Amino acid sequence: MSKRIDVSDLNVYYGDFLAVEGVNMTIEARSVTALIGPSGCGKSTFLRTLNRMHEVIPGAYVKGKAVMDGKDLYAPHVDPVEVRRQIGMVFQRPNPFPTMSIADNVLAGVKLNNRRISRSDAADMVERSLTGANLWNEVKDRLDKPGSSLSGGQQQRLCIARAIAVQPEVLLMDEPCSALDPISTLAIEDLIHELKNDYTIVIVTHNMQQAARVSDRTGFFNIEGTGKPGHLIEMDDTTTMFSSPSQKATEDYISGRFG
Amino acid sequence: MSVAAPPVPTRTYRRLPAWAPYAVLVASLAVTAGVLTALNGFTIASMFFVSAIVYAVAITATSTAVEGRRWATDRLATTLVTFAFLLAVIPLISLLWIVIGDGVERFGPTFLTTDMVGIFGSMVEGGVAHAIVGTVYVTGIAGLISVPLGIFTAIYLVEYGRGPIKRGITLLVDVMTGIPSIVAGLFAYTMFLVIFGPAYKAALIGGIALAVLMTPYVIRSVEEMLKLVPNELREASYALGVPKWLTIVKVVLRTAVAGITSGIMIATARVIGETAPLLVTVGTIQAMNWNPFDGRIETLPVYVFRQYAQGGPAADRAWAAALTLLLIVMLLNLIGRLVSKFFSPKGGR
Ligand SMILES: Nc1ncnc2c1ncn2[C@@H]1O[C@H](COP(=O)(O)OP(=O)(O)O)[C@@H](O)[C@H]1O
Ligand SMILES: [Mg+2]
Repeated sequence: MSKRIDVSDLNVYYGDFLAVEGVNMTIEARSVTALIGPSGCGKSTFLRTLNRMHEVIPGAYVKGKAVMDGKDLYAPHVDPVEVRRQIGMVFQRPNPFPTMSIADNVLAGVKLNNRRISRSDAADMVERSLTGANLWNEVKDRLDKPGSSLSGGQQQRLCIARAIAVQPEVLLMDEPCSALDPISTLAIEDLIHELKNDYTIVIVTHNMQQAARVSDRTGFFNIEGTGKPGHLIEMDDTTTMFSSPSQKATEDYISGRFG
Repeated sequence: MSVAAPPVPTRTYRRLPAWAPYAVLVASLAVTAGVLTALNGFTIASMFFVSAIVYAVAITATSTAVEGRRWATDRLATTLVTFAFLLAVIPLISLLWIVIGDGVERFGPTFLTTDMVGIFGSMVEGGVAHAIVGTVYVTGIAGLISVPLGIFTAIYLVEYGRGPIKRGITLLVDVMTGIPSIVAGLFAYTMFLVIFGPAYKAALIGGIALAVLMTPYVIRSVEEMLKLVPNELREASYALGVPKWLTIVKVVLRTAVAGITSGIMIATARVIGETAPLLVTVGTIQAMNWNPFDGRIETLPVYVFRQYAQGGPAADRAWAAALTLLLIVMLLNLIGRLVSKFFSPKGGR
């Protein structure tokens, strides 16, 4: 249950403002794709177009194609809600539902959609997802405690558990470690390694070491100046990107000469 | 070679002992009392204000002399803040004091369970049972109308509304907040006058008048509460493939329910004491009326107004009815707090 996505000629707008221009990219199935680049270059914006979260913002829209499984996600009759059910997302700041217990947070994808689930199926789902997110051992004795009672790193893994509970095809992660300490970051990187066996993962990161550690392919976004749209400068295998990038800008960024 | 010990950083300052403010306070009170008595100007109010000024000057001067400028400023600020607080609670406490003090005279189980049928002149019997029922009907009808209306409008404003329509509604709500209550009463009265003729009076009309007053409060407070729900929670829900309306019902409203409840309670408390619109719409009556859709009905504020105007033993009934109203408001508040406590997001670890 993992799929590849082919993006072609994608332009992303906030009202009149063209934020990202002309992206062509292939996201391979069962692999980790990292997106790097200076801040404000449109990494989050681009990531959010992949599960149609972008259009939640008033006035925001997208032109171009993003084809998954032979179907364009932006074709006229595609329901964005259906797309989001297949493509899960983890946000920069952990955002568990404060009114729900740890177990209910994991079940949120089912319960918020008013779907019925038997008690034993629910228990299975909670255990499977929390185990998948490397959190089960830490929380198995307090599943009925509020999700907000966990530490930041645990909350982020809870959000990952919540996202994988509904078994999406693809998992998008927007700087999932930027609010976390080094130990929690490591726990999440390990987790990404394991998840890649089952899911297609796209991760935005600020941290080049992280991109080098977790990803198979890396895409570099850049922006010429404020008010200009972001572009995908180049995309290649992570090892190639970090050893011999073909573009000067990529090399400058990776070697820390700017950004 | 011996190494010189680094100088120990010392910061010593002299402080007034903990009892000093109290000593200064007692001294200020004594001095003020003495001077005021000597000048024949002793009243509670003059005592309060003059001694507060004397105390503020004395404690600041003492503190400047012993502790220095910074601490003296702190003491002066503390004094002013405390004084402002006392000034603010005086009306509240004295209000409770008077209502309870004058109200308990006639208040009791019999008072709560009898109406005013057959009570004349200087008779001390009689009660508010019929007025309690009327107040519950009228406020209940107002709530039934304005709570759903208010919540839906607020949801529209926060979750859907854009551009000129949203601005227009916000403006209308603002204007509505300022409607004088008698105008709301006349509006409801006229509306029913056109349809049912002048003879028709019912709790329903009063409920509609109060709903006109209550709706903008509900909209405003629910709107504020919905705005407080972090956008991240909405996005978390969308990202799980939850449609917008379910997100609003199960995430946004659920997260804000505590604040919404207390907002509704405050709005109810605001209208439950309205008198003028009820005088024109539901009138007044001595007997119990169980039918909210037909006939005059007594309400607590109107009851208070009429009994107090009558004077004599009736004035005692007015105070007891005022106490009843106060207790009902407190009860509503308590219920609101319990609901909030039960539903509010559980944080902490
Ligand atoms: N909600 C928004 N409305 C309008 N412009 C936005 C919004 N979010 C981001 N932008 C703009 O889009 C550009 C890309 O932002 P973003 O995708 O957040 O960058 P990154 O994630 O790479 O740091 C920036 O110029 C930013 O100002
Ligand atoms: Mg970003």
